[in-house]
Amino acid sequence: MSKRILIICRQPPYGSSLAREGIDLALATSVFDQDLAVLFLDDGVLQLLKNQQSSALNMKNHGNALSAFPLYDLNDIYIDQQALSIRGVTAKDLLLEGNLLSTTQITALINQYDMVLNF
Amino acid sequence: MKISLLILGSPYSSQSVQTALRFATAAIQQDHQIYRVFFYHDAVNSGNQLITAPQDEQQLPNAWSALARQYNIDLVLCIASALKHGVLDTTEAHRYEKNASNLQDNFNLSGLGQWVDAMLMSDRIVSFGP
Repeated sequence: MSKRILIICRQPPYGSSLAREGIDLALATSVFDQDLAVLFLDDGVLQLLKNQQSSALNMKNHGNALSAFPLYDLNDIYIDQQALSIRGVTAKDLLLEGNLLSTTQITALINQYDMVLNF
Repeated sequence: MKISLLILGSPYSSQSVQTALRFATAAIQQDHQIYRVFFYHDAVNSGNQLITAPQDEQQLPNAWSALARQYNIDLVLCIASALKHGVLDTTEAHRYEKNASNLQDNFNLSGLGQWVDAMLMSDRIVSFGP
């Protein structure tokens, strides 16, 4: 009954609760011991930035939620390389290590999963 | 085929709740089974029985409730999202000392695990919105 599940995060960390809800679902899914991966696309790569100062927005720190990934054994993380470079972000600016993928590789990745969710 | 639906859009602001309802109805008519409908993000407002649409528009909470009653469909609102949006059953209203509850009949409040279970138990999932 094991399923391959991919959660795609494409929203910026603040401005909509969708970003947080996608991460909450990833954490909840990880507990069920499935083949789970998380892909950060578009503005979603900004969720991964280190040193987020969310208190200025009266919001919980989104980076803290992502920092919990290793504790949940959630290590299959994929990041849109092009989205990073368009935004002037490099891998060393990120709080999690992930596999950087080209657009072609992203297409191939999505094709491998049984269930794909967009947040 | 066993199908579960994830709805993210807000009723009346986004068309996704209505589209999901039509999809569920069509799937049932073609002998598919709707294993669960999970309302997350802004879609939790779909379970607010105080929603009062103009008479010439569809009453979405009632329409979902009627479909669930007729075909025994499990309608689940994410409890964390529902509480934030002010959709409470009597248990939660009591727990948080609110003087009213407003959960539409045939909806339940539960956790994200119910959606994960739906993914594991269904042949297909379809998401709507936001």
